[in-house]
Amino acid sequence: MNASSILPARSHRGYAAFVVHRVSGIGLAAFLPLHFLALGTAIQGEAALDSFLRWTDHPLVKLAETGLVMLLAAHLAGGLRLLALEFLGWRDWQKTAVAVAAGFSLAAALLFLLNLGM
Amino acid sequence: MPDERTLQVKVWRGREDGRFQAFTVPRRASQTVLDVVTWIQRHLDTTLSYRYACRVGMCGSCAMTVNGKPRWTCRTHVDKVADGDILTVGPLANLPVVKDLATDMAPFFDKWTKAEGRFVPEDDRPREFHVVPPDTRERQAANAGIECIGCGVCYAACDIVRWNRDYLGPAALNRAWTLVNDVRDAGNDARLAAVAGDAGCHACHSQEGCRTHCPKQINPTASIAGLKRATAVATIKGRL
Amino acid sequence: MTARAETRLWLAQRGSAAVLALCVIVHLATVIYAVRGGLTAAEILGRTRGSAAWMAFYLLFVAAVAIHAPIGARTICREMTAWRGRSLDVAMALFGLLLAALGLRAALAVFS
Repeated sequence: MNASSILPARSHRGYAAFVVHRVSGIGLAAFLPLHFLALGTAIQGEAALDSFLRWTDHPLVKLAETGLVMLLAAHLAGGLRLLALEFLGWRDWQKTAVAVAAGFSLAAALLFLLNLGM
Repeated sequence: MPDERTLQVKVWRGREDGRFQAFTVPRRASQTVLDVVTWIQRHLDTTLSYRYACRVGMCGSCAMTVNGKPRWTCRTHVDKVADGDILTVGPLANLPVVKDLATDMAPFFDKWTKAEGRFVPEDDRPREFHVVPPDTRERQAANAGIECIGCGVCYAACDIVRWNRDYLGPAALNRAWTLVNDVRDAGNDARLAAVAGDAGCHACHSQEGCRTHCPKQINPTASIAGLKRATAVATIKGRL
Repeated sequence: MTARAETRLWLAQRGSAAVLALCVIVHLATVIYAVRGGLTAAEILGRTRGSAAWMAFYLLFVAAVAIHAPIGARTICREMTAWRGRSLDVAMALFGLLLAALGLRAALAVFS
């Protein structure tokens, strides 16, 4: 066995915030070129964009879209926490920032999901 | 009635390659992890290597990984951290292992030097004493970080240290920040250059492992954020 | 890369992050609102075509993203893989150009 299996501590809130921020960033960076390509189909006219949008009507795609909204909201919220930490100097309320960020992301995803149904 | 309870203790043996060896240790009231390690070494296996000095929470020598977290073992009560009756003790993470529970602290202190973590006096002897009012913003920022005794717990708690060989680490950067805020210090141009960049403050992702585990409640995350601001200002002003 | 260049990269990332914070809030609100009652091309394009203001907004959004994403990706590669150095920097710059180009095309497609 190797001593490198002794890991740095990872059970604190700030670590979870970091993981969410990194994973959401990777997800968004991978998604973005596809998003731009899809929108770019409008160059070929309305029908081209429409046929793509029909594909997105599939419930699994809608679920994935909800996930993306959550990734975007999570990355935004985590990013705001970092900007506050780095530029405002230390404040006590920053400890709860992680929880607030998580709440915001869930709220955004739920709103999206609700609006889908309307 | 004598305490018949026992503790199952797994202790790292070896160097980088090794294994966890199991011991059964009598459990006592108010026992610390250092008490446990010492009992093992004195009664069960005299070849166990570990470090301690003051055993009263002043020197930081006894820092080890206890049930996954870096701690001062002399200040860690078994009752607070034992998983039932199981304790796992290993050397601090992110440092080369000398033997068993003792790590080589040289990389940790080398980075302290690389971060220009030492006071630089002015070239000329000043005519007046520097007056440093304790309630100025700079002095309060410096005071918040100067109690560091270089125990290495924050360094062991940081994943960036693990992933980025060159990363100076929370303690070295925290010390640099206290000096950046020392109005008597004359070395800040070199210091800001030393702490900027991919191996310096900009590699910190505010995971806050350092702040969470520091036994002296120091906040290196905040210090590193201060360095980010200081280096940014220096860059904008053309001084970096 | 020098310490000064890396500091500037950090500044660019935080600066673009601040711009993106505003853009994303607007975009999230717009998307959540627009998605009501289902999405058709006619609906979207009816709202967006010919709008100079929205075009300007999304061009700013694209520029900020093209700066922000590659710098983040570079950090991730350096920490989680063995890839670093000049080749990584060049690859990330190209990634930024790709995002800018695709984003510009998308903005033109939807807003002009």
